[in-house]
Amino acid sequence: MTFDFNMMNIFLLALFLAAGVWTVLTSRLLISAIGLAVTSIMLTILLFLMKAPLAGVFELSVCAGLITVVFISTISLTKPVEKSEVLQLKMKRLKRFVFLPLLLFLAAWVLFAKPLHLTNPAQVPVEQTTLQHVLWFARRFDLIGQILIILTGVFGVIVLFKTKTGQAEKQDNER
Amino acid sequence: MSVLLILVPLAAVLIMNLPLHKLMRKLAFWVGLVLCMLQAVLIIRMPIGFWNTQPDLLYRLLLFRPFTDNLAFVMFLSIAIVGFVSLLVARYAIENDGSKLFNFTNLLLLAMAGMNGLVVSRDLFSLYVFLEVSAVASFILIAFNNGKDALEGTFKYLVLSAVATAMILSAIGLLMTVTGSVSFKTLSSVMGPNSGNPVVLLAVALLLGGLFIKSGLVPFHGWVPDAYSSAPSATSILLAGIVTKTTGVYALIRVVTKMNLLTHQVQVLVMAVAAVSIVVGALAALGQSDFKRMLAYSSISQVGYIILGLGIGSNLALAGAVFHLFNHAIFKSLLFVNAAAVEKQTGTRNMDILGGISDKMPVTGFTSVIAFLSTAGIPPLSGFWSKLIIIIAAWKAGFHVYALIAILASLLTLAYFLSMQRRVFFGKLASGFEDLKEANLWILVPACLLAAITIGLGLCIPWLLNSFLLPIRSIL
Amino acid sequence: MSGDMSTFFSISVIFAVLMVFTALYCILTSRNLIRILIGLELMTKAVTLLLAVGGYVSGRMALAQSFIITLIVIEVVIIAVAAGIVIGTYRHTNDLDARKLNSLKG
Repeated sequence: MTFDFNMMNIFLLALFLAAGVWTVLTSRLLISAIGLAVTSIMLTILLFLMKAPLAGVFELSVCAGLITVVFISTISLTKPVEKSEVLQLKMKRLKRFVFLPLLLFLAAWVLFAKPLHLTNPAQVPVEQTTLQHVLWFARRFDLIGQILIILTGVFGVIVLFKTKTGQAEKQDNER
Repeated sequence: MSVLLILVPLAAVLIMNLPLHKLMRKLAFWVGLVLCMLQAVLIIRMPIGFWNTQPDLLYRLLLFRPFTDNLAFVMFLSIAIVGFVSLLVARYAIENDGSKLFNFTNLLLLAMAGMNGLVVSRDLFSLYVFLEVSAVASFILIAFNNGKDALEGTFKYLVLSAVATAMILSAIGLLMTVTGSVSFKTLSSVMGPNSGNPVVLLAVALLLGGLFIKSGLVPFHGWVPDAYSSAPSATSILLAGIVTKTTGVYALIRVVTKMNLLTHQVQVLVMAVAAVSIVVGALAALGQSDFKRMLAYSSISQVGYIILGLGIGSNLALAGAVFHLFNHAIFKSLLFVNAAAVEKQTGTRNMDILGGISDKMPVTGFTSVIAFLSTAGIPPLSGFWSKLIIIIAAWKAGFHVYALIAILASLLTLAYFLSMQRRVFFGKLASGFEDLKEANLWILVPACLLAAITIGLGLCIPWLLNSFLLPIRSIL
Repeated sequence: MSGDMSTFFSISVIFAVLMVFTALYCILTSRNLIRILIGLELMTKAVTLLLAVGGYVSGRMALAQSFIITLIVIEVVIIAVAAGIVIGTYRHTNDLDARKLNSLKG
């Protein structure tokens, strides 16, 4: 809890935000997906500093790894931009910045508004438990939820990625 | 024992997907039906003590004591009934495509397990986890046929739902900073002394906002008509009847009552949102020509009544709100069942094309009249009593304006349903429907069942009110 | 220690809120469906930060970690489903423009 810790954190938080802004403002979709991964990595370092190593590892492997893979494969499965459209896209891109002043205004408002002060932090006694203990003993009910949602996800992949394109086209024609 | 309501569907899904028996794939539909029926029958037959005791073995396995009260029973019962009806309609609409019906049954059971889990959860984070389970299952069920409109509706629902859950999670993070815990018990005792704390206020605002989006109340209702109308018929029933009600409305009731959130500001906010939803939903329903879209807007309006009851906050109002929640699950499912029958038999949902089909489809026509009279609040059907209770409670608590709004909007409800009946069922048969047939038994049985519940509940209200509804607050 | 924590909390919340604004900006102004999903992911990042800060400040890091892990599992499932929906939409329209998604109106 020294001065260094805070400075380090602010620096990382700024990097985190910068990566996020870059993700949003960059023109190419692929770069945007990579920007998201960079944001994840910044968050991972922040989690490590906050003494949450396991959550950090999860964030790094799943969010920076798996989700980026999902995004990149989605991008590659859908149509790559043709060259004639690039110019048109650049024109469209300019339109995206129209609302940027609004974003900057909101950011300024947050920065200069009365900051949220925690009136009485640490009013609860600190508990010394390990993650394993909490995850397996205190939150076992959530684990059932996780099993359920993973099963649901499996069915989602079965239902949504079924390549019955012929059937889909037939339905379209019926409309 | 109420944990079993989560574990049994989960186990059923796991067993059905073991690659052992080809037979299991054919049996899946019947297994689903039996599980829904079992849930309904056990909830009615078993006393409250049965659900609150837990065998030692289960406790050792789960380390969790579930939470069951009268409100939870109402939810379990509506989940079971609507799930049952939705499965029958799926059989009717999907016909005999084996693998599709199998996937539908599995997803329905998972959604049911998720909703049952949401009902018994005792802290905010479990509430979030199970809310996501039922939400994800319903995304997939909406996009089930991979139709263009359905995918579009799902995407809108998914984006708004993700924003809502982000708001709920931020609230969890902020509340954890202040209290170090997320269980309702701790949070309820902490809210009082900290009510002026800006962090707590922000957290409460985020929490309510997220749940408003989830229940589809008016400033945040954009996804409701799209998702309801584009989904396959069986999914619309599930979604309108119970998924939105559990993930949004029930969660809102639970959070507000458990955490003692009902301060004066919150009350004003909740009641204003409710009144706007009632009026805007009813007005928008008047202008629709798509059958299911009209029902979706009507659903927004009815949810407004439930939330109004929550906002008033007295025992009577809460009892009315919970009763209306159950009634709404029944009659809105019935209307969507009728919509499914009409869509399947005639091939269209456009009310301008339809007309006079009551002659050809007498049962569908009759049950839809029952459902709409109940929605509009005509005695002695069940919808009348729940609306009456809410309006009396509003008047008693001094909210005369809100009571008047509720009564006037009830007339609007009557107006748009009369217009619907006239355009779809009554009058002269529209051209092109000369050889129209009544739907088959898969859809007539659930329609008659739901209509019977609506009539039966309306007739035995005096008994129900004293024995079940009024004690709801004391146990909450 | 307590004062330090308080500043740390305020600063983190400010950054998280800014991140949420960035994400909302992305969701509201993007025309590409995948970009909207990226916006949702950014919002989840901000929420993850808030949860971690909540656990750190109140001294319940273990609880916060288990929350974050659960959150990440759920996040992956949602993104997988969302990707399925986006690809399905693409199969129908050969396009990912959100503004062409307007066959549902009202």
